[in-house]
Amino acid sequence: MAIDKFDILTSTGVPLPAENVDTDQIIPARFLKATSREGFGENLFRDWRYDKAGKPVKDFVLNNPKYSGKILVAGKNFGSGSSREHAAWAIFDYGFRVVVSSFFADIFKNNAMNNGLLPVQVSEEFLKKIFAEIEKDPKVQLEIRLEEQTITLLSTGESEHFEINPYKKLCFLNGYDDIDFLLSKKEKIMAFEQQREQE
Amino acid sequence: MKPKTLFDKIWDSHVVDSVPDGPDVLYIDRHYIHEVTSPQAFSGLRQRGIPLFRPERTLATADHNIPTKNQDKPIREELSRIQVQTLEKNCKEFGVELYGLGHPYNGIVHVIGAELGFTQPGMTIVCGDSHTSTHGAFGSIAFGIGTSEVEMVFASQCVLQPKPKKMRINIEGTLGKAVTAKDIILYIISQISASGATGYFVEYAGSAIRSLSMEARMTICNMSIEMGARGGLIAPDEITFEYVKGREFAPKGKDWDRALEKWKNLKTDPDAVFDKELDFRAEDIRPMITYGTNPGMGIAIDGTIPALEEIPEAEQPSFLKALKYMDFEPGMKLEGHPVDYVFLGSCTNGRIEDIRAFAALVKGKKKAENITAWIVPGSRQVEKQAYEEGLVDILKEAGFELRQPGCSACLAMNEDKIPAGKYSVSTSNRNFEGRQGPGARTLLASPLTAAAAAVTGKITDPASLM
Repeated sequence: MAIDKFDILTSTGVPLPAENVDTDQIIPARFLKATSREGFGENLFRDWRYDKAGKPVKDFVLNNPKYSGKILVAGKNFGSGSSREHAAWAIFDYGFRVVVSSFFADIFKNNAMNNGLLPVQVSEEFLKKIFAEIEKDPKVQLEIRLEEQTITLLSTGESEHFEINPYKKLCFLNGYDDIDFLLSKKEKIMAFEQQREQE
Repeated sequence: MKPKTLFDKIWDSHVVDSVPDGPDVLYIDRHYIHEVTSPQAFSGLRQRGIPLFRPERTLATADHNIPTKNQDKPIREELSRIQVQTLEKNCKEFGVELYGLGHPYNGIVHVIGAELGFTQPGMTIVCGDSHTSTHGAFGSIAFGIGTSEVEMVFASQCVLQPKPKKMRINIEGTLGKAVTAKDIILYIISQISASGATGYFVEYAGSAIRSLSMEARMTICNMSIEMGARGGLIAPDEITFEYVKGREFAPKGKDWDRALEKWKNLKTDPDAVFDKELDFRAEDIRPMITYGTNPGMGIAIDGTIPALEEIPEAEQPSFLKALKYMDFEPGMKLEGHPVDYVFLGSCTNGRIEDIRAFAALVKGKKKAENITAWIVPGSRQVEKQAYEEGLVDILKEAGFELRQPGCSACLAMNEDKIPAGKYSVSTSNRNFEGRQGPGARTLLASPLTAAAAAVTGKITDPASLM
């Protein structure tokens, strides 16, 4: 149940410049009826991606053959709203391994990290640059180096440092699992319970 | 001793361990689960071959998928039925108390947790649902988690969490006519935006908050997540204790006295420091309504949608996209705009007080012909009370019917979907694109404003009808 290991990723990016993309857009509620984690990628951004007749919406970015890659580049406040982890599953299942934005909603960020999807938070200026470079040339590559905590636009060589909690970084680099970690704390947890009983 | 905030006091007393440079191992007192975000977590336990560590601290209900009619019959929609049955199977296998369809305690997870007294002051509470923040109304730390974290709680009764920053929002003064808790929270979010409290846990304080009932406080805390906060809380007081006393899971006898003794200390020390403080005046708040596609896009009911120049340049594309979806124009007035649907319900406004407020306003009036109204209680107990108090008769005389409890048209996972292009004045918490059904146009408002729209057929200031 460990997550995929993550170290260095070089890939083109898929631009989604909208702000406040909420998890209802990432995966609408009517697709939350599954009882497994698989298959959500099919309905990623369902209502932006397909029209009412189920035909792909031409100008939506996932349907544009110009764009591809393992990095989703999104506008500010990405992943707001519902706590549904299905949003992170859908993005991962579709094939993305990184989401770049200038701001992430808290629960989404946790959910992403718990599933091996790396949220990379960059400055507004750098995000603008990335969007501009991808618009100029969809083949432009982004490089994410987790050990160094850097994201680099390979076309211009411009680079930015990003923050990640050291514990979470370790989990990504080694494919660690939080639940195994918590289970290793069982005795401490039981001692804590006993102490609280007595209070 | 260093002065502490209420949030610090509760958080610190629940830390089992801390990962160096990492999150805390936070002990969880109460875990609520429902059918949508739990199946994969149960599968995880099964794959690991481990039991649920503390089933007695867990309470389950079916709410998101369930129909609001014919609840005595099998659920028609196959995937919904399977998901609800999977919850039943999982609860049985892992020893969790389930208030499923047909049970007198069934209802929306955040409504029943409070009304059963399972939620109590000073606790840590989580659920795989962002509106878990509701329970902060009792002076507890309550927040939504993802399914991986549901599995963490199943396995260890703990979650790994970095400690959030702290914000205090003070609202002083007296509320005006027809201004309710829902208007307070919609006003705050409109002032600080849908991401204005991201990274923070919010304590609500001030005379306007203290004057509110528990149900009204729950409405406020419920929508904390809509400004990005992990959760919101309100220090418990006599109103809180009175509400909890005598409920199913509340402590009794000597245990009650002991609990009360502890709960009375649950407040922020006078000199405690917050990372951020905001002040608002109750007198500035009018009945509110949203015009856009996130809960931060709210205005006073007699106000106008901002002009394009009033919106920061970077946000203009999102603003215009939202207005296009809603078919509104910048600078437009909403009052008098026709409405097609009215939805009273959800974990924000599906409690008995909300139905009382709606019934009081529609009493002696008639439902407007162009309106389809869905009035959905938050729980079986609320439903029962609405009948006992004669509210259902009042509603009937005015042309409305009470449906059966559930999440319903808040997120439209069941059959209650607002058709594409239709306008819905909704007492729920989200006006996202497609939230109430693909293409649905949602205007968030209080139960009073919803009632006013239901009888006039258009957006109306409820104060004008009272």
